Amino acid sequence: MVTMLHNLEEKRDVGVQPTNVNKVEKKKIFETNNLNLWYGEKHALKDVSLDILEHEVTAIIGPSGCGKSTYLKTLNRMIEMIPTVKTSGEIKFRERNILDRSYKVEELRTQVGMVFQKPNPFPKSIYENVVYGARIHGIRDKKLLNEIVEKSLRQAALWDEVKDRLHDNAYGLSGGQQQRLCIARCLAIEPDVILMDEPTSALDPISTLKVEELVSELKEQYSIVIVTHNMQQAARISDKTAFFLNGEVVEFDTTDKIFSNPVDKRTEDYITGRFG
Amino acid sequence: MNLINKNSVIQRMNSRLRKNNIFKVLFFAATIFCMLILGILIYRVFSQGLSHLNIDFFQNYASRRPENAGIKAALIGSIWLMAVTAPVSIVLGVSTAIYLEEYAKVNKFTSFIKVNISNLAGVPSIVFGLLGLTIFVRALELNRSVLAAALTMSLLVLPVIIVSSQEAIRAVPKSLREASYGMGATKWQTIVRVVLPAAIPGIATGAILALSRAIGETAPLVVVGIPMFVAFLPKTVFDTFTVLPMQIYNWTSRPQEAFQYVAAAGIIVLLALLIIMNAVAVYIRNKFQNRY
Repeated sequence: MVTMLHNLEEKRDVGVQPTNVNKVEKKKIFETNNLNLWYGEKHALKDVSLDILEHEVTAIIGPSGCGKSTYLKTLNRMIEMIPTVKTSGEIKFRERNILDRSYKVEELRTQVGMVFQKPNPFPKSIYENVVYGARIHGIRDKKLLNEIVEKSLRQAALWDEVKDRLHDNAYGLSGGQQQRLCIARCLAIEPDVILMDEPTSALDPISTLKVEELVSELKEQYSIVIVTHNMQQAARISDKTAFFLNGEVVEFDTTDKIFSNPVDKRTEDYITGRFG
Repeated sequence: MNLINKNSVIQRMNSRLRKNNIFKVLFFAATIFCMLILGILIYRVFSQGLSHLNIDFFQNYASRRPENAGIKAALIGSIWLMAVTAPVSIVLGVSTAIYLEEYAKVNKFTSFIKVNISNLAGVPSIVFGLLGLTIFVRALELNRSVLAAALTMSLLVLPVIIVSSQEAIRAVPKSLREASYGMGATKWQTIVRVVLPAAIPGIATGAILALSRAIGETAPLVVVGIPMFVAFLPKTVFDTFTVLPMQIYNWTSRPQEAFQYVAAAGIIVLLALLIIMNAVAVYIRNKFQNRY
């Protein structure tokens, strides 16, 4: 607990302005109201209500099996790929309920992208991987595609490493590079939100650092929701943190508050490592 | 405190090792036996047939005199048959596999269908001949044409293609599909752009295996009524024709001994065709597998 405080204080000493002074009203990008989810009989998410703001990094932490990844996957409706799933409640993305049958899931996923735990590039060239999103949406102009490739790879901090071998197979890249390629692929369709499901848990420490730096840079243009097992990571890169336990949101507040002065005892127990 | 008697372990050691070696030798012997049989077959065929393989053999039609007997009609006929069977069976088979793996709901009805398709692969080929005779030759009035024969053969090889394509599609990792759907792709786009390209090596292998079987099958064609002796080439799919296995059978059943050599030459040509088809499959597989 003391070390955690110490780390946070160090962060503050680097001259970061307290956010209350220049507060710009941030809009809500995801508004979850009383979301319940069942895997068959198992009640996986219980009355989850959460507001995610634009241009912020929101971290979701909690022990294994608490529903973090499940919640993340409902935000872009990837959870529907599991046939036994039932939901109730609503999730509003830009004022429209995405759980409504009439909301086209393809449209949602164009604006809400996802990066998975294990890097999953396609068995195609690096170039083809990045333009995949653009191609499926009908973009064929060669010049435009080339621009998209360069822009996305630069944003993902991968351009310099691959610019001379864009047409090589993506499987020739290292794990960390593959994950950044997946991030570039996601950025190429210019979504509003990027969902990240434990993006660095399969990577080595240096790649992890690179991805974390990336996340901090990306939040200026995008909104990011990141599920992580690594509490230090959450403390390092996120603005807000939500603590999930057994399918419920126990506490949701600014990261500083959660890690220095949590309200709920269960949060404190988890953060100090007493369980999980 | 020791529960294991070290002495009896050491005593048993020799007999265990001996038994191990005996089995190694037995398995090796089984392999050698199979290779021997294959070797004898190939030797017999080549020693009898090589002498008869010359340009005339490929340019002549069948004849009553062994010196003049040629394989032209049969070879071209087989190629025609493959040229029609391949697209029909592959398109139908892969489409079925895609439907079963990607679109069909998992319930008793679809399981029933899947079991039936696997069973069809084991049905004797002559049954397909009867089916072809009834439907294609008689009911659709296609007579004894390339088309009727090709459709019959397509039915024969369809179950094999469906099952192997299903396996290939199932083997594509879920993570790749998730990546595609996650970007807003439709199911069709995911199948065409991600799943199928990744499944092509497996599909190609299965297809060639199935077609290799089709090229050598005689029974269904006999039932459909394909003649054994033909002295012209088919000009359209509605013409009649003959195929290599039937021609070879025709020659082996002739009394003159010289015809045995002609038949051997025919077998060499059939084997060569099979090897070419397999080489094409290996090429296709390698071309698409480099991605991995």
